[in-house]
Amino acid sequence: MNMDMIYDVVILGAGPAGLAAGSYAGRARLKTLIIEKSAVGGQIAITDEIENYPGSIEHETGPSLVKRMADQAGRFGAVTAYDTVVGVELEGDVKRIRCQNGEYCAKAVIVCTGARPRQIGCPGEKELTGKGVSYCATCDAAFFEGLEVYVVGGGDAAVEEALYLAKFARGITIIHRRNALRAARSIQEKAFANEKIHFLWDTVVEELKGDGILTSMVIRNVKTGEKREVFADEEDGTFGVFVFIGFDPTSSLFEGKLEMKDGYILTDDDMKTSVPGVFAAGDIRVKSLRQVVTAAADGAIAAVQAERYIEGLS
Amino acid sequence: MVELDKENFEAEVLNAEGIVLVDFFSDGCVPCNALIPAIHGFEETYGNKIKFVSLNITKARRLAIGQKVLGLPVIAIYRGGVKVDEVVKDDATPANIEAMIKKHL
Repeated sequence: MNMDMIYDVVILGAGPAGLAAGSYAGRARLKTLIIEKSAVGGQIAITDEIENYPGSIEHETGPSLVKRMADQAGRFGAVTAYDTVVGVELEGDVKRIRCQNGEYCAKAVIVCTGARPRQIGCPGEKELTGKGVSYCATCDAAFFEGLEVYVVGGGDAAVEEALYLAKFARGITIIHRRNALRAARSIQEKAFANEKIHFLWDTVVEELKGDGILTSMVIRNVKTGEKREVFADEEDGTFGVFVFIGFDPTSSLFEGKLEMKDGYILTDDDMKTSVPGVFAAGDIRVKSLRQVVTAAADGAIAAVQAERYIEGLS
Repeated sequence: MVELDKENFEAEVLNAEGIVLVDFFSDGCVPCNALIPAIHGFEETYGNKIKFVSLNITKARRLAIGQKVLGLPVIAIYRGGVKVDEVVKDDATPANIEAMIKKHL
C-alpha cells in the first residue's frame, strides 16, 4: 500500500463483487487496491454452505469459496488493505478515499460495500447482541450446543442457518411473522424433515431481556395480538436468538453523493453510478437478485468499465 | 500470544494481577481469524504492559458463557481478574481494539 500513489482503481469492500472486480482489474494490469474493514468475503464469509454458485465444489463453504476468490485476485496483482473508510470525495479525475489510517487516491472507484444483516429493531436487541442475540450462525453456533435456539425469519437464509444450528442446539424454533416459509422448496423440505426444528407461525419478537446475557423474550402473535414471555430453561440459564430477516445496504457514506433508491445505489447496465468514474457492484446496487453469482458478474463488468473510463482520461 | 484452555484460564486471567487482554475465538469464526494479524501487531507494541492470551470457546463453552461471552469476536480487557472492558462483534475492529488498549494502559 502506498498512500502517495494514485491507484487506477480502488475497490471498497472485499466480498464476491469486490474480489471479482479485483481479479478483473488486476488482470487488466490496473494498479488495484481493495479496502476491507473486517474479514475478506463479506456475507459469504459467514455462510456455512454455498450450493448454487456455478462450479462450486461439493460441500463448498463460504470461507472455502472466499479463499479461492481472494487468492485469485491476489495472483492478478490486486492488493488488499484492512481499513475503515470514513469519507469519500468522488467528483473530479482523482477520487479521494479517507480511511481511519490514511487517505487513498484513485482514478476510478468501485463501490462493493454490500449489505448487512437487518435488525429486529426491538428493545434489548442492541444490548444483547453477542450475549445471546446473533446474526452469524457460523460465528456463534458453538456456544449453543445443547441449548434452545430460536431463529427469526422465514427466507432462504433463516431456514438454511436453522438447519446448520440444528447440528448444535438441543432444539430449534423458527419464529416467522407469516404462516408459511418463503425459502426455496428444497430447503423447506429439509427443515420439515428435521425432528429438531419446530415452528412458531404468525409471530414476531417484541422484546429481548437479560442482564448481561439473554434470559427471556417477549413474542406476539400478529393474528391474535396475544403476547407471551419465553424464559430460558433454568438449568441452561440462557438461549440463543439468531436473526435472519433480510439485509440493509451499507451506503451511508454515499448519501447525497451518488443517486440512490431506498438506500441502494442506482447504476446502469455497465455498473456506472451518477458520478463519472464511480461504479457500484454487488448487493449495494438496485437489482432484482442478490446472490454470489450476480455480485461476481457485477464486479467483472464494473472492472472492465473502469478500465475503459481510465483509458478515456489520458 | 498464549492459547489458554478451561484448565488454566482461572490462573492466567481471573487470578492474574495486572492487565490481561483475552481474544475469545472459535475454529469456524472467520471474523475472529481476520483479527489475528492486528492483535499480534498490538502484542508487539503493548505486550510489555499487557498480557495477551486467547481462548478457543469451542472447548470452553461454559467457561465463556460464564464470562458473559455468547457471540464472537470478543476482545476483552481484564484488570485484577475482573472484565473491565470489551469490544464485541462489529465493534471488534482493529481501531477500536487499539483504542480500548490505550484506555487501560
